[in-house]
Amino acid sequence: MDLNLSDEQRLLRESAERFVAESYDADHRRKMANDPRGFSPEVWKQFAGLGWLALPIPEEFDGLGGGTVEIGILMEAFGRGLVSEPYVATIVLGAGLVERCGSTAQKQARLPKVADGTLKLALAHSERAARFDLAKVATTASRTAQGWRLAGSKIAVLDGHAADEIIVSARIDAHRIGLFLVPAKTPGVAISDHERLGGGRACNIELSDVNLPEDALLGDGSDALPAIEWATDRAMAALGAEAVGIMQVLLDTTLEYTKIRKQFGRPLSANQVIRHRLADMAMQVDEARSMALRAALKVDGEPVERARAASGAKAKIGKCARFVGEQSIQLHGGMGVTEELEVGAYFKRLVAFDTLFGGSAHHFGRHAQLGRAKLPA
Amino acid sequence: MDLSFNAKERAFQDEVRGFITKNLTEEMKRATALTPSVFSDPDIGMAWQRALHANGWGAPGWPVDHGGPDWTPSQRWIFETECARAGVPNVNVMGVKMVGPVIIGFGSPEQKNFYLPRILSGEDYWCQGYSEPGSGSDLSSLKTRAVRDGDDYIINGTKIWTTHAHHANRMFALVRTSDGPRQQDGISFILIDMKTPGITTRPILTIGGDHEVNQVFFDDVRVPVANRVGEEGKGWTYGKYLLEFERGSGIASAKLREGLKAIAELAESDLTGRAIDSPDIATRISEVEVDIDALEMTELRVLSALQTGQNPGAVSSILKLRNSEIRQAVTRLGVDVIGHDALAVEPMRPLYKLNHEPATPEEMLTVVPEYLNGRAYTIFGGTSEIQRDIIAKMMLGI
Repeated sequence: MDLNLSDEQRLLRESAERFVAESYDADHRRKMANDPRGFSPEVWKQFAGLGWLALPIPEEFDGLGGGTVEIGILMEAFGRGLVSEPYVATIVLGAGLVERCGSTAQKQARLPKVADGTLKLALAHSERAARFDLAKVATTASRTAQGWRLAGSKIAVLDGHAADEIIVSARIDAHRIGLFLVPAKTPGVAISDHERLGGGRACNIELSDVNLPEDALLGDGSDALPAIEWATDRAMAALGAEAVGIMQVLLDTTLEYTKIRKQFGRPLSANQVIRHRLADMAMQVDEARSMALRAALKVDGEPVERARAASGAKAKIGKCARFVGEQSIQLHGGMGVTEELEVGAYFKRLVAFDTLFGGSAHHFGRHAQLGRAKLPA
Repeated sequence: MDLSFNAKERAFQDEVRGFITKNLTEEMKRATALTPSVFSDPDIGMAWQRALHANGWGAPGWPVDHGGPDWTPSQRWIFETECARAGVPNVNVMGVKMVGPVIIGFGSPEQKNFYLPRILSGEDYWCQGYSEPGSGSDLSSLKTRAVRDGDDYIINGTKIWTTHAHHANRMFALVRTSDGPRQQDGISFILIDMKTPGITTRPILTIGGDHEVNQVFFDDVRVPVANRVGEEGKGWTYGKYLLEFERGSGIASAKLREGLKAIAELAESDLTGRAIDSPDIATRISEVEVDIDALEMTELRVLSALQTGQNPGAVSSILKLRNSEIRQAVTRLGVDVIGHDALAVEPMRPLYKLNHEPATPEEMLTVVPEYLNGRAYTIFGGTSEIQRDIIAKMMLGI
């Protein structure tokens, strides 16, 4: 048992924090907020140069063979800077599913390009009627002479507008969901992107008779639901770490503000009610940090334990995030509600975190259900 | 990073399990499960302390030359976790975990030679004389006074919330020996034989129906000056050192998990009409379980830092706060799970020696008393409000 960072991990954290502090400042964030692309291709190139895109990709595909803990270290630093590059979409979800499900040829054709920054991916899975139920997929995949034909609608596709290739889930039959590699420019794929709460972009995608070749099916055609659940759990662990970085910034900023802001002739922080609020915020940031790490360490373990750790982390961090975010605004007073401070931007990213893949209520429910699945009925 | 234990640690885990299997009797186990107060009564607790001592495990936190087993933080974690899982007696911490470290840190050679072996063997049973009726959170305002008279102090005053004073043969106490410019000055740390003339003890019943705490009165009690630990007037420093131990023993999650497991088992049982089938109960069990997961990870992060000699900082207040709040959440859940059975009051103690058939199944007997007594968790050892003050000051610098 050892939860200390290794030397490599410490270096990774330092370089990521330095990058965010030096290159991803408030000016950059403001520019990004008005950029229709939602991210900067130049920054993406820098990520590639720093080895961050290659980080979790296996060494045999030109990656660095890192794990979820390393992703978490990076994501926490990204959270500090509200980084809006499509890291989760391409690296955590996209490359993760290719690695887990793909044939050797499919991996060889994609993972090295992901690692060097020349290929961006996205996952189109969520559907409006499914809410947060990962098994509910109405999009269909039917057989054609040449391969497959997809039809259906997807929502909340993270950074789908930026992707060269989109991994689309579709139902093959009553027992099987398939994952299909769909180049973004394929006829019949209509992508409409929108600004995403808290930064970055997301898409709705309409698939009308999208014809695909045989090898568009990722992997061997067995049911992809377990892989989708794994990828989502992994993404929740990564986003949990990002949320920790965001919360830490909000705590630090709010703490500084309460020391400077004077009312009734003394700093806000001289009031016990304020000090206790900040103590609660600090405690919740710490709890969130523990849960994100726990989820990361269990991502590649036994599936039920992994899923419970991921849902537990998602639910708990979501609760902590709402508290820390809402209290940060409260303690900044009227200014906290304006766009003139960055507090609101950080808060909005936390609200997006809590919503994405299902909120606290959903994940406490999943945690409970999975816990009971282990017991005799 | 690694959450799992290495081969050496797993071998130790087996050793601990073997020890517990050999030494934990069914009687001890049942008595522990049926004790709704913090500590086991001495007949149960000291039997376990003697078994630990016989195995060289009487004082896990002590240095080797005073009889400690020289465990790594991981080993301590494993030991505490296995003990919690097995449901071993809750040994009163006043001796091994509280006064012991103070004597080791600040006591004279004579005091060490006399007291430490008697703590280890369970021959002495200690209680803590800190709080007073007028000094709760503001502990350093204490007024119990020790006046020098030759080689003795003469002590007058009163102490309150004294856990197991009715069982103890010794007390360590903070007493005022002079009035300094600050109220923290002039306090001394003194060891008192409870059989000394002039000491009387009044029981205080807590709302769960248990007699665990007392008020102790001192009426011209003569205590040798040789019983003072360290320097006169420096008692506050020693007392605070001890409070750190009280708050930050640092391994509480395993016990919370066992507590929740007992409630979850009741919820899954026909005894409660399967309370867990209510989605509200099922979700709340998950919420508490996740809180325990978070606390456990924080404990493991602290242990990892300790393992490499890093100072984990003011985290002991966070651990104390979360432990106490989660424990209350577990007991609150328990009351909701047992439904109408929460109405039955069993006034007899101890619950493991009832000579009549109780109104509820035995598994439920402690649920309401634990909830009621458990309100004290956020009060003793520094209230939650005091802990938040400490976090704000030490962690946030405000």
